[in-house]
Amino acid sequence: MAKVANHNAEYDPVFGDYVALLKPRVMSLVVFTAFVGLMAAPVRLHPVEAFCAILFIAIGGGASGSLNMWWDADIDAIMRRTKSRPIPSGRTSPDAALGLGVALSGLSVLMLGLAANWHAAAWLAFTIFFYAVIYTIWLKRATPQNIVIGGAAGAFPPMIGWAVATGGVSLESILMFALIFMWTPPHFWALAIFVKSDYGNAGVPMLTETHGRRVTRNHIMGYMIALMPVAIGIAFTSIGGPIYLATAVVLNLWFLKACVRVWRRNETQAEADNFAAEKAAFKVSLYYLFLHFSALLAEAALRPWGLGGW
Amino acid sequence: MSIKVEHELHQRRKGRNMGLLGLLLAFVALVFLLTVVKVQELGDASKFQGYDHVVQPALVPLEGEAGAVATE
Repeated sequence: MAKVANHNAEYDPVFGDYVALLKPRVMSLVVFTAFVGLMAAPVRLHPVEAFCAILFIAIGGGASGSLNMWWDADIDAIMRRTKSRPIPSGRTSPDAALGLGVALSGLSVLMLGLAANWHAAAWLAFTIFFYAVIYTIWLKRATPQNIVIGGAAGAFPPMIGWAVATGGVSLESILMFALIFMWTPPHFWALAIFVKSDYGNAGVPMLTETHGRRVTRNHIMGYMIALMPVAIGIAFTSIGGPIYLATAVVLNLWFLKACVRVWRRNETQAEADNFAAEKAAFKVSLYYLFLHFSALLAEAALRPWGLGGW
Repeated sequence: MSIKVEHELHQRRKGRNMGLLGLLLAFVALVFLLTVVKVQELGDASKFQGYDHVVQPALVPLEGEAGAVATE
């Protein structure tokens, strides 16, 4: 648990410090994927209901970010990447993050239930619990597969978006979940190879540090192979279509090529060109996820004109 | 010791308080808008009365009326 004594009593937190506790950059990914999940669903919602649903999903995501910062304040203070966050930098107290996280969790779940349906609200509650308790508190510091588990939490938003529109779960929403879930490990581990991290100092077992970079390269390749059938399989469901299929084929070949390059190298080769292949694979992974979901959105947007879907 | 009406603290916290005020007003407006949309989506606004868990004779369909729903 967070035991941070450097909260600055002289400094009054400003509004932006509380916004920073909600991890706005993570929220933007949550908003985008939840929106695609909602739009891809076969049921149309009133725009006000859709807006409210996305807003409360985003607030729920922010609440789990705040709970994560409360619990992880001790390790955030040690690592360079995170030491300027509101709690380790002394701008807010850990208690404020806990209070904000708990209050916004309750508010977002309650309001999503009222604005959309209780099925979607239950999924949001589970997502917050999964990220804050199962990932942050329980498994992040216990296993080098922590990225895989954290990835599951990040994969729920399109499923919640789908549940907002349809009130249920389906093959399509499970596949959208699987796409983000399988994508996260190669995406993050490519980054972990080339960023000189200090997770070890903070006591967080990262695969690159516990099992070495060779094993990490093998894992990237393994998850990439498992990711491909999921990404291409979505094309043949009700949310896919020719645009998505063409996009998925191109992106999967591109990402596969980048991952094979990472997999075949050893550390001497990687250091010789300053991790160019790993940096390239990480960059491709960003396009990969964004364009897959953009293609799903395009299929949904063109459907009313008879152009989307099969 | 004199009591200062306007403490320097109030000035420092002004931005935060105004931000919170804005958020609360936006929340009230959003809930109101959502309520208007939800009621309009019912089609027949009188259905809205059925939510207060009290038997209302005016809402019970007459016997033999087409589409009558069994009510307790």
